[in-house]
Amino acid sequence: MDLDTDTDTHAHLRDKYAIVGVGETAYVRGAGKTTRQLAQQAVGNAIADSGLDRRAIDGMLSYSYSDSTASNLVGADLGLRLNFFMDCFGGGSSTEALVGLAIGAMEAGMCEAVVVFRSMNGYSGLRMGGTGAMSAAPVADESLHTRPYGWRSAAQMFSPTFLRHMHDYGTRSEQVAAVKVAHSRHASNNPKALYKQRMTVDDVLASRMICTPLHLLDCCTESDNATALVVTRAARAKDCRHHPVLIRSVVGRCNKPRMDMHYQHGPITDTAGRYAAERLWRNAGLGPQDVNLTASYDAFTFTSMLQLEDYGFCAKGEGGDYVSSGAIELGGLRPNNTSGGHLCEGYTHGISMVIENVRQLRHDADDSCPIGPDGKRQHTYDYREGGCRQVRNAEVSANLGWASPGTGSAMVMRRA
Amino acid sequence: MATYQHLGMELRVSEQDAVNTAYFAHCAARRFSLQRCDGCQLLHYPPSAGCPWCGHADYRWDEVDGRGTVYSYSEVTHAVQPGFAPYVPYMVLLVELDTQRGQPSAGEAIRVLGNLVRPDGTMASAQEVASVGIGTRVRMVFTQLGETMALPQWTVDQDAAPVQAWRPDVSR
Repeated sequence: MDLDTDTDTHAHLRDKYAIVGVGETAYVRGAGKTTRQLAQQAVGNAIADSGLDRRAIDGMLSYSYSDSTASNLVGADLGLRLNFFMDCFGGGSSTEALVGLAIGAMEAGMCEAVVVFRSMNGYSGLRMGGTGAMSAAPVADESLHTRPYGWRSAAQMFSPTFLRHMHDYGTRSEQVAAVKVAHSRHASNNPKALYKQRMTVDDVLASRMICTPLHLLDCCTESDNATALVVTRAARAKDCRHHPVLIRSVVGRCNKPRMDMHYQHGPITDTAGRYAAERLWRNAGLGPQDVNLTASYDAFTFTSMLQLEDYGFCAKGEGGDYVSSGAIELGGLRPNNTSGGHLCEGYTHGISMVIENVRQLRHDADDSCPIGPDGKRQHTYDYREGGCRQVRNAEVSANLGWASPGTGSAMVMRRA
Repeated sequence: MATYQHLGMELRVSEQDAVNTAYFAHCAARRFSLQRCDGCQLLHYPPSAGCPWCGHADYRWDEVDGRGTVYSYSEVTHAVQPGFAPYVPYMVLLVELDTQRGQPSAGEAIRVLGNLVRPDGTMASAQEVASVGIGTRVRMVFTQLGETMALPQWTVDQDAAPVQAWRPDVSR
């Protein structure tokens, strides 16, 4: 079949768009800045990283929990004139979905280069763990059937899925703790990471229980930060500063049946990834075996594991074996979240995991390796603490975004 | 707007919301009732504006037997909601009703949330929590919040044949 006209698989869009710029602010608890200031800084960094003239940026997309600034303000603060902007409601799983919408906006001729950003004071402002403003809000509408039971935080609402996985497949706490161990080792080689200390399985299991089966160290961080991407046509990427990273396939906010009440539709150990996987790999013309590194969203250790199963990186039910085999560590078969992810680097509702994979596919992970005469890092591939975190010969990555067991997004990228 | 207080939370039921108003009124009268779809004749939970199986909007209320088996649960040690802090560890049970189990497909069932409570509707003790897990047989009781408002809750069904409840080993 002619790839250029195959609209059933959307193969005609493979590699036609690229992420050409990435940027962020420091991952901190207590930024002392508004989300508008943080966004101005992160989006400015991403545009500078792209090498594009700021006047070339004419599209902007953002997402938030109604806890952030808006595109029209950030665009103005950077002296941009936008042809298209939109601010969406949502958290995890928004990143890949909005990259897809950015492609759609450019395909429709609405704009030429789109920034996607998320700016949040996730520690100092609206806390994603559910304490403070979230728990003080009145209980109404749909939440009348959940919040009156003390069931509101992500840990509380996802734990039935995690427990049922342990029950159905014999998954053990120490296997899942290996996700934290791997991500903490990666974070120890990431100067930006909020938590750089390497953790052991025993550290995870000895940390206090939050909501069975989640120990404190099974849960992600809360942090203040802004993160941003620049998406444009692949043809323009050639003129940008860095080696192009092409978008091969996206799936955005794909649902299980009954996304409103994901625990109603059995088996509850299946996540939306089971449904997204088919579309992701078909559109990419690639499969899990072609992927060199993954970024499976780590709101919790369990979410990384569940999605790696449902996207086919291991058989269903074997996620515990896969994540504890060493495969997901730097130097392993297919490292996951080489930045340390949301468990260690900082919490951004997903963009940071795309930023990391873009840098990996440029072969330019920002670790502590020495910078050579060409201005690029000379990667040592020595993954000991404080060392390198570049994946050798990284060609293809997969981002597996998570909102809940019922909703997920995904994206495959490749090095041009 | 009808408002109710429960463990430090304000619960609001809008007068526009006939479905939730009726649902909680049935609970207050000690009748657990769900919407039965006029299209596909299946029950669904929680109350909604349309049938999740067939999309039909019309329904009638049907009283349902409040018995089932714990399918999974949350056992909360760190309370996010301040009013729950005195009760940790507390349990939120996801209970698979005996009614309509395995419909419309094999893996499906009506799964109803509620706290593990004592028969009088007060929160269970740590010791009671530790005895419950996946497989425990439970029956519905109610926590009364007002004349026309009660929350459905779960308590261990002492009349059921004893089962070995499954609980995870989270220490190793």
